[in-house]
Amino acid sequence: MFSVLRSIWIVLKHTFRKRETVQYPEEKPDLSPRYRGRIVLSRDPDGGERCVGCYLCAVACPVDCISLQATEDENGRRYPEFFRINFSRCIYCGYCEDACPTYAIQLTPDFEMAEYDRNNLVYEKEDLLISGEGKYPGYHFYKVAGLAIGGKDKGEAQNEEEPVDIHSLMP
Amino acid sequence: MPTIYIDDNPYEVKEGKNLLDAVLSLGEDLPYFCWHPDLGSVGACRQCAVIQFQDEEDEQGRLVMACMTPASEGTRISIQHPDASQFRENVIEWLMVNHPHDCPVCDEGGECHLQDMTVMSGHNYRDFRFKKRTHRNQDLGPFINHEMNRCIACYRCVRYYRDYAGGGDLQAFAAHDHVYFGRHEDGVLESEFSGNLVEVCPTGVFTDKTLKRHYTRKWDLQSAPSICNHCGLGCNTIAGERYGTLRRILNRYNSSVNGSFLCDRGRFGYEFVNDDARILTPVMKNVETRQFEEVSEDDAVAKIAELTRDKNSVIGIGSPRASLESNFALRTLVGSNRYSSGMSNAETELVNLSRQILNDGPAHSASLKDVEKSDAVLVLGEDLTNTAPMMALAVRQAVRNQPVEKAKQAGIPEWNDNAVRELIQDEKGPLYLATPTNTKLDDVATKTYNAAPQDLARFGFAVAQFLAEESPKVIGLDEDVKSMAKSAADALKNAKRPLVISGTSLLNKSLIQSAANVAWSLCANGKKAEIALTVPEANSMGMSFLEGQGIESAFERAASDDIKTAIILENDLTRRVDSKAWNQFLKNVENIVVIDHLENETTAAADILLPAGTFADSDGTLINNEGRAQRFFQAFEDDSAVQESWRWLQGVLDLGKDTDVSDWYSLDNVFSAMTKSVDTFKGDIVVAPDAKFRINDQKIPRSPYRYSGRTAMKANVDIHVHKPPQDPDSPLSFSMEGYSGKQPSGLTSFFWSPGWNSVQSTNKYKNEVGGELRGGDPGIRLIEPKRNASPKYFTEVPEPFSPREGEWLSIPLHHIFGSEELSAKSFGLSKRAPEPYVALNPSSAEKLGLQMESRVSVKLDGTEHTLPITLHENLPDGVIGLPVGLPDFNGIPLPNWSKISGATE
Ligand code: SF4
Ligand code: SF4
Ligand code: SF4
Ligand code: SF4
Ligand code: FES
Repeated sequence: MFSVLRSIWIVLKHTFRKRETVQYPEEKPDLSPRYRGRIVLSRDPDGGERCVGCYLCAVACPVDCISLQATEDENGRRYPEFFRINFSRCIYCGYCEDACPTYAIQLTPDFEMAEYDRNNLVYEKEDLLISGEGKYPGYHFYKVAGLAIGGKDKGEAQNEEEPVDIHSLMP
Repeated sequence: MPTIYIDDNPYEVKEGKNLLDAVLSLGEDLPYFCWHPDLGSVGACRQCAVIQFQDEEDEQGRLVMACMTPASEGTRISIQHPDASQFRENVIEWLMVNHPHDCPVCDEGGECHLQDMTVMSGHNYRDFRFKKRTHRNQDLGPFINHEMNRCIACYRCVRYYRDYAGGGDLQAFAAHDHVYFGRHEDGVLESEFSGNLVEVCPTGVFTDKTLKRHYTRKWDLQSAPSICNHCGLGCNTIAGERYGTLRRILNRYNSSVNGSFLCDRGRFGYEFVNDDARILTPVMKNVETRQFEEVSEDDAVAKIAELTRDKNSVIGIGSPRASLESNFALRTLVGSNRYSSGMSNAETELVNLSRQILNDGPAHSASLKDVEKSDAVLVLGEDLTNTAPMMALAVRQAVRNQPVEKAKQAGIPEWNDNAVRELIQDEKGPLYLATPTNTKLDDVATKTYNAAPQDLARFGFAVAQFLAEESPKVIGLDEDVKSMAKSAADALKNAKRPLVISGTSLLNKSLIQSAANVAWSLCANGKKAEIALTVPEANSMGMSFLEGQGIESAFERAASDDIKTAIILENDLTRRVDSKAWNQFLKNVENIVVIDHLENETTAAADILLPAGTFADSDGTLINNEGRAQRFFQAFEDDSAVQESWRWLQGVLDLGKDTDVSDWYSLDNVFSAMTKSVDTFKGDIVVAPDAKFRINDQKIPRSPYRYSGRTAMKANVDIHVHKPPQDPDSPLSFSMEGYSGKQPSGLTSFFWSPGWNSVQSTNKYKNEVGGELRGGDPGIRLIEPKRNASPKYFTEVPEPFSPREGEWLSIPLHHIFGSEELSAKSFGLSKRAPEPYVALNPSSAEKLGLQMESRVSVKLDGTEHTLPITLHENLPDGVIGLPVGLPDFNGIPLPNWSKISGATE
């Protein structure tokens, strides 16, 4: 009996609280940047594609809705030849973002993706790629990795010695 | 069997093993790097540390390297001991100090032994804040990618490349943490077995460059157990596909065949499967325009059924590169007397002779494993590195057997690789090579003899004569040849497991016969002699089981009888017969039906052309040179009209209604129909588990369970995810669904075990390290010797070769890269194929007034070719060598007499 009365009292109290519900769509809700909505592919500080086509997001995805093919430019820089997310399957779990070693793939606070035709929920790289760095400014995978690419030779990454001269006899 | 104690639990292990081998054979996990099942131990990496205790009382123990400690009776060790696991973790930490931050862009990632061992040892956080050393890479040619930063200096690569495969151009340079593994300068790795570096190197230093062009992670490949198509040895492979194209070939362990390795032709020759010249739809030639026009599958089949209604007007030409089932379907359609093996008459005769020797004689047909185990070898005529590459690698191991035996007697176990090599130095067991010119095995040979094919055969007969009186005498042999024959005979007689190797590559019957005489005379001496005869193509031996006639005979038939239609199965006949005969044949037959997978000159002549599957998109059975039937499975299925040739023929047979083929919906049924109706197959033969095979009611998956992208890969075409294709021919599923435990032997689409993502997981599939696969090695031998048969020696010793005035005997010279039809069309391999040339010895060149860069014109069989010359020091006088299989020489029957003269430019 007491608990019933208490419940009624709590409900009544809420009548006078500040409203959480907003008049969507006239009014947009305030979403945290880490909200897990539409997925984007970001760029590194130099404007190059961040994604290196490592397939880790694809393998992390529990519904297998990411598929891509890695390729290389003439200077050995890897990037995805195509990158496809089937959002009609995506559950917005964010595992791909967790798995991504380059901060390329990020979930954003945009959820307005409804479509009349399911086919329009298939996003290709052109649809996913944004022009900025997204949530993680400053990170540049190739500046950390040992691979030489155009504009970054061996020994020029962070914390790297000059390449070894194997003809040298110095200790 | 000694008992050892691991963390106080007793285990029985096999005699003569080291602790690491024993522990892994027991199925336990212990990290390692420098040890390799085929390379033995050197104790270099310090990763396999365990604590060994003196006895039960000893609580302290001491740290030992498991790979360097014998697993002798009563050995007590602890793997879990905190000191040991701390040590192992620290070793990895030190290795990681210089390791780059590369995994996402490293092709080894996901199947990296270093990743696996790092996780296994528990080192999961990098504390190192200082600078990493870096290295420059080298361009090592079209097969191997080099990324030196990733090296952990385990020395496996050089130990494999130099010590195991006999390569000379990969070396360790510099010292301390500058040590560098590469060539003295940029350039193509010379070894024909360089591809194995990809699997031997535990890191991403050496990776597959052909895979890099269409890179896919291991977990994303849909793979199937396959058989190499590129020579007669039938090495076991894994073919991996993604997005409808074949991505790579990996070794599939089979202890009786290729063991842990493949040759570069087998590993990198796969790309023809993805070629633009693939035939994907049935086409028919328009009668007026003579252009191909697409037709429906049903129309094509109906048309062929109409053409074949009158059986007497049809001939069928099969192919040694097509499966048994497809050839059998053709044979059924046209009748066994109108069926041809698709090999030249000469080749057909030699392959039949080989089978007869292996089948009726007392000598055992040697598997590659037997070759490796033999301790005295005589090679008659074959340049193995180029005609049966993996056999050359096996012979390289065989020459170590006698010296290693000495090391064993000195108390050094075989696995203690460095000590054994130190002791035996350059000592080699007996290997006698009799070949027309120098070969890549010369460096390990006891003695070599270079001569014209018939002289080589005479040498073989001479060896046999020394071993058995009944074998025919060779008259007029040079003294030095005779003494070499004597020493070869003695070496074979004194060996425990003597082996004779010959084959079809020189197209010389006497050579094979002389090899048989040697092997049989050894048997008569009470030896368990082995004989290995190489054959030209993947299913050449299978063709001899189906007993087809040669192409020339088929052509004759086409000329004389009322033949109107010819069905050509997966065979470019223009490679096998000269253009005159081919053109005449085209005139003689009205309708040419061709079933094949790549466009070539034969398909261009077709009136009806049907798309066949390659080894990667069809199933079938092949018989290798040893007489071992092995099954290859389809790796992928696409939406095109491509299907197995036998399925096309089944459609035709079904409409014809002469034969009841209603149950030919599955490969198993076609195979069993074949073994029932063809006498050479004796009874029930089980090559592989049948299509109904299940484990716990489940199919066996083709993909690892982490296969990704299933709901996205085709979403651009259709948002609905379709059911995967069904496979009536095998118990394999086209997905990751199915039995998740270890796949049984013969159905292994990928090697994987928890914690072991790299190829090292193969160890978990074996009964013991280096032993058979669990459940037995796949494949079944169809040829067994008649051990007690008394040998019927061949009696025809050929006349000695005498050079002719103004004429040259041109003999075929084979090339691992270029001589085989399909692999030569693959991107990487085509870059390694030689340009056409004429080989002759320097003194002949001088006589003809030719210089190094001269071009000569060769008149051969009514054709004329102008080619540059190559000097072969050891080629006999009066003999020239011509490369086999290169476009210029297609269809020219060799050996043959030719005329050469300096070209007038
Ligand atoms: S995990 Fe990141 S870098 Fe790797 S493929 Fe996905 S988006 Fe690209
Ligand atoms: S070798 Fe292995 S650990 Fe090293 S970068 Fe490549 S995948 Fe990563
Ligand atoms: S290149 Fe590979 S195999 Fe060779 S030492 Fe380095 S890690 Fe070992
Ligand atoms: S030896 Fe022959 S069967 Fe083996 S991998 Fe090489 S080409 Fe293939
Ligand atoms: S595996 Fe034992 S020391 Fe390297």
